[in-house]
Amino acid sequence: MDKFDGPGFSVCLNIEVVDVSVSVSPSSDRIGSDHLLTIPIPLPANSPNYILGAFKPACNISITFADGKTRKQVPLKKENGQTILVPLFQSQENIAGKISLEPVQGKKVEHNGIKIELLGQIEMYFDRGNFYDFTSLVRELDVPGDLYEKKTYPFEFSTVEMPYETYGGANVRLRMYMHYAFISSKESSHHYKFMYKHIHLENYYALACVRNYGPPPSINNSIKMEVGIEDCLHIEFEYNKSKYHLKDVIIGKIYFLLVRIKLKNMDLEIRRRESTGSGANTHVETETLAKFELMDGAPVRGESIPIRLFLSPYELTPTHRNINNKFSVKYYLNLVLVDEEDRRYFKQQEITIYRTAETSA
Amino acid sequence: MISDGVEDEEKWLTAGIAGLQQNAFYMHRALDSNNIKDALKYSAQMLSELRTSRLSPHKYYELYMRAFDELRKLEIFFKEESNRSCSIIELYELVQHAGNILPRLYLLCTVGSVYIRSKEAPAKDILKDLVEMCRGIQHPLRGLFLRSYLSQVSRDKLPDIGSEYEGDENTVMDAVEFVLQNFTEMNKLWVRMQHQGPAREKEKREKERNELRDLVGKNLHVLSQIEGIDLELYRDVVLPRVLEQTLETLLGACPQLQPSVDIKTVLSGLMERLSNYAASSTEVLPEFVQVEAFAKLNNAIGQVIEAQADMPVFGAVALYSSLLTFTLHVHPDRLDYVDQILGACVSKIAGKGKLEAKATKQIVALLSAPLEKYNDIDTALKLSNYPLVMEYLDDRTNKVMSNVIIQSIMKNKTHISTADKVGALFELIKGLIKDLDANNDDEMDEDDFKEEQNSVARLIQMLYNNDPEEMLKIICTVRKHILTGGPKRLPFTVPPLIYNALKLVRRVQSQDDNVTEEETASATPKKIFQILNQTIETLSTVPVPDLALRLYLECAEAANDCDLEPVAYEFFTQAYILYEEEISDSKAQVTALYLIIGTLQRMHTFGVENRDTLTHKATGYSAKLLKKPDQCRAVYACSHLFWVEDQDGVKDGERVLLCLKRALRIANAAQQMANVAKGSSGSVMLFIEILNKYLYFFEKGNTQITVASIQGLIELVTTEMQSDTSTSDPAADAFLASTIRYIQSQKDKGGATGEKFEAIKV
Repeated sequence: MDKFDGPGFSVCLNIEVVDVSVSVSPSSDRIGSDHLLTIPIPLPANSPNYILGAFKPACNISITFADGKTRKQVPLKKENGQTILVPLFQSQENIAGKISLEPVQGKKVEHNGIKIELLGQIEMYFDRGNFYDFTSLVRELDVPGDLYEKKTYPFEFSTVEMPYETYGGANVRLRMYMHYAFISSKESSHHYKFMYKHIHLENYYALACVRNYGPPPSINNSIKMEVGIEDCLHIEFEYNKSKYHLKDVIIGKIYFLLVRIKLKNMDLEIRRRESTGSGANTHVETETLAKFELMDGAPVRGESIPIRLFLSPYELTPTHRNINNKFSVKYYLNLVLVDEEDRRYFKQQEITIYRTAETSA
Repeated sequence: MISDGVEDEEKWLTAGIAGLQQNAFYMHRALDSNNIKDALKYSAQMLSELRTSRLSPHKYYELYMRAFDELRKLEIFFKEESNRSCSIIELYELVQHAGNILPRLYLLCTVGSVYIRSKEAPAKDILKDLVEMCRGIQHPLRGLFLRSYLSQVSRDKLPDIGSEYEGDENTVMDAVEFVLQNFTEMNKLWVRMQHQGPAREKEKREKERNELRDLVGKNLHVLSQIEGIDLELYRDVVLPRVLEQTLETLLGACPQLQPSVDIKTVLSGLMERLSNYAASSTEVLPEFVQVEAFAKLNNAIGQVIEAQADMPVFGAVALYSSLLTFTLHVHPDRLDYVDQILGACVSKIAGKGKLEAKATKQIVALLSAPLEKYNDIDTALKLSNYPLVMEYLDDRTNKVMSNVIIQSIMKNKTHISTADKVGALFELIKGLIKDLDANNDDEMDEDDFKEEQNSVARLIQMLYNNDPEEMLKIICTVRKHILTGGPKRLPFTVPPLIYNALKLVRRVQSQDDNVTEEETASATPKKIFQILNQTIETLSTVPVPDLALRLYLECAEAANDCDLEPVAYEFFTQAYILYEEEISDSKAQVTALYLIIGTLQRMHTFGVENRDTLTHKATGYSAKLLKKPDQCRAVYACSHLFWVEDQDGVKDGERVLLCLKRALRIANAAQQMANVAKGSSGSVMLFIEILNKYLYFFEKGNTQITVASIQGLIELVTTEMQSDTSTSDPAADAFLASTIRYIQSQKDKGGATGEKFEAIKV
């Protein structure tokens, strides 16, 4: 029989790690260091109009994908809380389309060359401003020159390797985006980053969502375990699988073998453990994504309580193990029993979350 | 304090209702705008009010009813909704996203009922799912209400026979299964309710439980409404389950309870109900056997008692007593069970010293139960532990118990047919048979004592065995026991034994008449008489000579019937000795003498010599009585000793006349004495009585009695009555008148008698 998690269990007391999931990511200034140099007044957060204002005189840019009408779009939650629709890609796909540049009303735009870049970046919040590019593909679209009227360039990245899924967590974010850059003579040699039109105005970074699907795991054992405190509380719990897809249902039951304490209720929590960095710089963040009450009241010996937890309402991602040596995301099921004096007894079990094509919606 | 609590509760209820109504309002708005997400959100919030633990069942019910009404509306919406955008299956999943279990399950039940109605999935699967999921609510009050809600919404959707939900895979069995399971779970919760919370609030909890009883019971009601249940189904499925569940849950819970919990009442109640049930319908008995009810109960009780070392003895005994009752009803054939229970009981009370009154009361109940059931002490006597239990009773209780036993025997006219059993029985009731505690001079109520001893006497009378040998043994056994009873008891116990023995004698005698005599038989009348003689002798230790005399005479008469002259003579001798030596009171003497005379008159076995001796003695005694009237009456009674209206009876007319004459003389003397004393007319009565004797013998044909003597006597009486000295006595007048009327009537008869009497002139 296993023990419950947590220190000091022998005295029936548990201190649980308090969930801290406050994101401290600097949401506004994602424009880049060069840009900051050109605009002396820092832009307030969520102020697309200023950016619009800043760029409007220069040029109107629009990008359309070759399969833009048929490509699936998915909502992506941004750090400011807004949800936007972005096109969805998966690894080995072709990313092709056209980019149009139209100077504003007869103005001339000088540039030192136009290029489009596909970037895959990992950004750690505690390591502000440092981006780790794991993918960087560049297409030169034009040689330096002047732009007087609307000009459209086709582009294509074929069979792009996108090994990692888009992820936004507490301390780390992984994203793919298109980076359109030209060098304007007037604005000296600074890089500007633009975004798709349908990402609206401030989306100078989030471009595409990447999701990779795999086949269901071939081995998927149930999780079964007996835990307890001697002569006090013995339970046996069972989850039907150890690996769940994102829209899966956790089925299981808890069987009470011995109950000598007065329980009040029992919850099943889904916890996400995100560890970033490595070595001494490792940051671990644990969030409770779901708190699902399984039982209300005090059971007696012999009672068995069913578990049926639908995962779909929760914002889960697949389990990520050691992404580019930068971060990992793991999921745990935490069974928590609370007694009448609000002491908590819990047992945590890792589960693997994976994505299947069927659940891509 | 209490009023505060009530006030607070009122407050909480108000707050709960307010919260509920607010969310209900938003829910309605969401429903109106067809926003199912919000509708679910607000309905869940609304139902969250039911998560409260602060309300008593009564108040909680009020809150529940409001929620119930709202859920009805939600259900109607779901019904429509399922026709529109969202499929019912999706909806069924959607409601399960709620984080809190109680709102989740209420919603699930609500949607579930719509789901069943939609027939998109088999009703039985949905029902099963619902009833399973509801296990998540282990809080008794909330669980009961939730399950009651489930029962309510599913009631019209059970796949009963004739229901639209029946068919294919959905059978009435599923309906039964569902209701039973829900009932089971509710019952568990209900039972559990009483064990939770502090002991001091027990009473309050009990009250609350009673309020909730109906919720649980409703399931049975639903069950009864399922038309598809036939007897067979009921017997094979429903009942065992109802029983099994009740037993297992309860029993499982019992040993864990805190000592303060009055588990015995619970268990007792349970067993009582089961017993009654078993008693009411014998068909169900196999079901109890099937679920091993006895083993389970026994086990549970053992555990409870073990677990609760502080349990008062009476509690334990009460438990055993209930179990016993149960066993008797359910396993009447399993005597070993009964014995087992008694054994357990013995070990429990062993070493507890003196038992308190409550405990003894329980033990009495415990011991009485098998008697009532088996109607047969025989059975109880087979229980080896029975006497052991009785050992632990104090004297008084022991007596009470003994009485119960005897009453049982009386009531059922049980024949205890072997000496061994009789021995055991008397061992059992020894509280009545002898003083258990020599020092205990408890002043017992005289009437009670008599009552008790009369019971014993009756018991002795009941003993019977067809086989004389065995019967004799029984008698010896009884004798052995009662002789230990001491002087106070003997007068009560000896006579029945004697009479019983005499019955045996007569039986043996009559058999001897028919069958060839068995030489080997020990149960010969002679032998029995010998025992009887010894037995009666024991009465001499008690000063009850009149009783002993009576018994001797009885024996003598029996011996007479057996033609055992020496024996009869012996008994008479004993009686005479008693008369002479022990009976001193004049009234007692008179009575005794009449008895002697009466008995002697019927004796036919005596030879002339013996008879003469005895009659002589008897007449001698008569003449020596203290009072003249007594003398007179005894003497004329003696006249019968010489005239036996029998085939070869003695007919000594002369001596009859002698007696009568002597009686007349004594009457005369009495009259003279009365005259001296003045005013006493008693002697006239004597004359009339003697006249009657004359008439009797005259009629019987005693030639010594002449018409003249009768005539003379009549005249004497008439003169006497008209004499101045005597005051008139209406009784005497009447007596004489009727005597004369008798003579007249004999005259009128005509024939030989008429002629005879014609001579008498009145």
